Amino acid sequence: MKRPAEKLIEALLQLSGWLTLGITFSVIGVLLVNAWGFFSSIPLLDFLLGTRWTPFSEQQAFGMWPLLLGTLLTALLAMALALPLGLLISIYLSEYANSSWRQVARPALDLLSAIPTVVYGFLALVFVTPALQFFFPGIERFNALSPGLVMGFMILPIITSISEDAMRSVPANLREAAFAMGASRWQVAWRVVLPAAFNGVTAAVILAFSRALGETMIVSIAAGQQPSFTLNPTVAIQTASSYIIQISLGDVSRSGTEYNTIFAVGIGLFVLTFALNNLSYWLRNRFKQIQA
Amino acid sequence: MYKIEVREVDFWYGSSQVLHRIYLEMAPNTVTALIGPSGCGKSTLLRVLNRMNELIPGSHLRGDVCIDGRSIYGSDVDVYELRKRVGMVFQKPNPFPKSVYENVAFGLRIKGINHRSFIDEKVERTLRQVFLWEEVKDKLHKPALALSGGQQQRLCIARALAVEPSILLMDEPASSLDPISTAKLEELIYELKQTYTIVLVTHNMQQASRTSDRTAFLYKGNLIEYADTATFFTNPSSQSTQDYITGRFRNE
Amino acid sequence: MNRQFIKMFEAFDRFGDWYDRQKRDNFAIYGLVFTLFVVSIVLGLFVYVSIAGFPRLGSRFFSGYASRIPEQAGILPALIGSLWVLVLVFIISFPLGLAAGIQLEKYVTNTRWARLLEVNITNLAGIPSVIYGLLGLQFFVRGMALGESVLGASLTLSLMVLPLVIVSTREALRMVPNSVSEAAYALGATKWQTIWYHALPIAFPGVVSGVLLAISRAIGEAAPLLVIGAVAFVPFSPASIFDYFTVLPVQIFFWATKPQASFLINASAAILVLLSLTLLLNLLAVRIRERWHKRIES
Repeated sequence: MKRPAEKLIEALLQLSGWLTLGITFSVIGVLLVNAWGFFSSIPLLDFLLGTRWTPFSEQQAFGMWPLLLGTLLTALLAMALALPLGLLISIYLSEYANSSWRQVARPALDLLSAIPTVVYGFLALVFVTPALQFFFPGIERFNALSPGLVMGFMILPIITSISEDAMRSVPANLREAAFAMGASRWQVAWRVVLPAAFNGVTAAVILAFSRALGETMIVSIAAGQQPSFTLNPTVAIQTASSYIIQISLGDVSRSGTEYNTIFAVGIGLFVLTFALNNLSYWLRNRFKQIQA
Repeated sequence: MYKIEVREVDFWYGSSQVLHRIYLEMAPNTVTALIGPSGCGKSTLLRVLNRMNELIPGSHLRGDVCIDGRSIYGSDVDVYELRKRVGMVFQKPNPFPKSVYENVAFGLRIKGINHRSFIDEKVERTLRQVFLWEEVKDKLHKPALALSGGQQQRLCIARALAVEPSILLMDEPASSLDPISTAKLEELIYELKQTYTIVLVTHNMQQASRTSDRTAFLYKGNLIEYADTATFFTNPSSQSTQDYITGRFRNE
Repeated sequence: MNRQFIKMFEAFDRFGDWYDRQKRDNFAIYGLVFTLFVVSIVLGLFVYVSIAGFPRLGSRFFSGYASRIPEQAGILPALIGSLWVLVLVFIISFPLGLAAGIQLEKYVTNTRWARLLEVNITNLAGIPSVIYGLLGLQFFVRGMALGESVLGASLTLSLMVLPLVIVSTREALRMVPNSVSEAAYALGATKWQTIWYHALPIAFPGVVSGVLLAISRAIGEAAPLLVIGAVAFVPFSPASIFDYFTVLPVQIFFWATKPQASFLINASAAILVLLSLTLLLNLLAVRIRERWHKRIES
């Protein structure tokens, strides 16, 4: 017999479940409503196809491509570091390392993702950029390469932890079959375990990429504030997220098309990361289904 | 000359001794069955022959095993080459989650062969050897896991044969199969022994008496009796053997 | 399994072939080197920041306010602000996350609904922090007219870390052995009684551990607060939750982007403080979880 107090508690619990959905809807709602304001004065095609982003100059242009390219460039640079390194480290931890070493390495890697991103941004500006300038004198003070590399380290644990879990859950009898045929440890890892864990590993990679796309502080500090239609990693660029920060910190009047650009950019960023996150989730589930 | 010689082998997992002074010789192109109650060490003995026990930390062997007259535990032995000469098939079929073709091709690829037509030919040849070709020739690039249990097991045998071993170790290969697949498997073993030397672990005594030339009975890590199969089952020399094959055995 | 996947595996094989041709399988060494490399980066980071920031640490630093002169600029308002945020996020996200976690793990039986909620939470966890900033800006700061206050910021950050708390709660509840709940049911307890009096006490340290990790994430965030409108020149420490404020990561950001090089030392020092705080929370969370795991095993 449920007491009324208990019924109340259960109702509150239900409410909290709905709350989580509510957050998502609020996010979408806030972005849509304000982006609507933007897109009612700026044609969508201008935004989608334009290659100049200059909302605050005499010649206003609202093409999204400079910000998109900046975001993609830094994220891809991050992946260029994190993907091979993360993959190899996962293979090592899953197939080679003994458990005591794994117990040290795993928390150390997780620590990398616990470091606040401002700290990473600071290091990119103060340490990595001068180091890069030493080796490649042509690099500007603000560039995409430095934050890109640092972001790579930040997202590395995402790849290693999910991939390692995926690889370790590949059944032992598959490895046994391969060893019995005279395969070396590397061959077992690379030709049996990794392909079998493929879905899980891909999910990890996609998730890491999505995280890199949405990253803000590292690029805000080290990448610059110059949206440009370029894929050159040695010059200053601007990403979607750091643009939002820049405007928020500035004195733009709180209404008007110029201000609403942050919602247009925001909704673009949201759509991109949302799609990637769902893809990753779907892949991970498929992987678990294949396991079972 | 014997194909396989097991010479005074003692084997430990950590501190518990699992095999005691095993002495066995197997002639080429024969089928040798290892039987005994569970835990008697027959699977361990099988794995001694291709050094698969070494994958388990803390395992330790004393004595020697010779194949083609040469020790396989010598310090100059490349264990990966050894495992290519001694193939293994497991109790539960374990095809890779790849296509039928890629499963069989695996052994070739790890040897560094990736010449397409060579692999094609080898795949067809081994699949014919295991009488699977007709059934899968249209499904070569479909997932191996879509095959039935019996087909998967034959695929695993084909996969092992693609590496061109001279010895085939089979650890209760039919125990997860239905009677019809089991019968097909036993036919296959009979065919294969013309080319390979086979060691078969089984808990099914009828299977041992049907398929093998010689049978060994192990109990608690000791070799109790080893004789040619006909004699073994009709006139065993040890009382324990007699008890076991007549089912009077108490498993302590 | 698609044919496309099978084709992609062939690409893997090419690399495998190349590696195999190198004859010796030295990967154990390579792997060790890579892993050590990454681990040492973590250490190097601490070392670098410690050396750079150490000179600035002192009582003046901890008690000072923002200033145009680097040597006189301190982190008191930022530190107080961060502590405020820490406490508020804890107060807000703990009960909400706990409730949602219980709801999802124990009450939702309809699998389609459960999967939907689960996907949703995974999505929430992946939303970039700036977007949460935009949400907070429109919803809390303006919509609820809370202004650029400690409360507005804490609410925003709580929403952001909520998925972490929910996931920890669910995992903690899953670690509770079924036998405990079954015994309670057999004695006639209702679902809620079973959860509150039996399952939750056992799961509690796991939940707390998760909340601590969530808080350590929250105090390290600058992006959402910059969007909301946190500033760095705050000449006073917030005295109430409705005051203007600043936090450590925001202060670091502003110091790091100032042209004078001397401010970089301030930034390093502030980073040391922030990292210490973060590390403390993380270690505490891990300690609690390990001890809890051990108790559960027995």
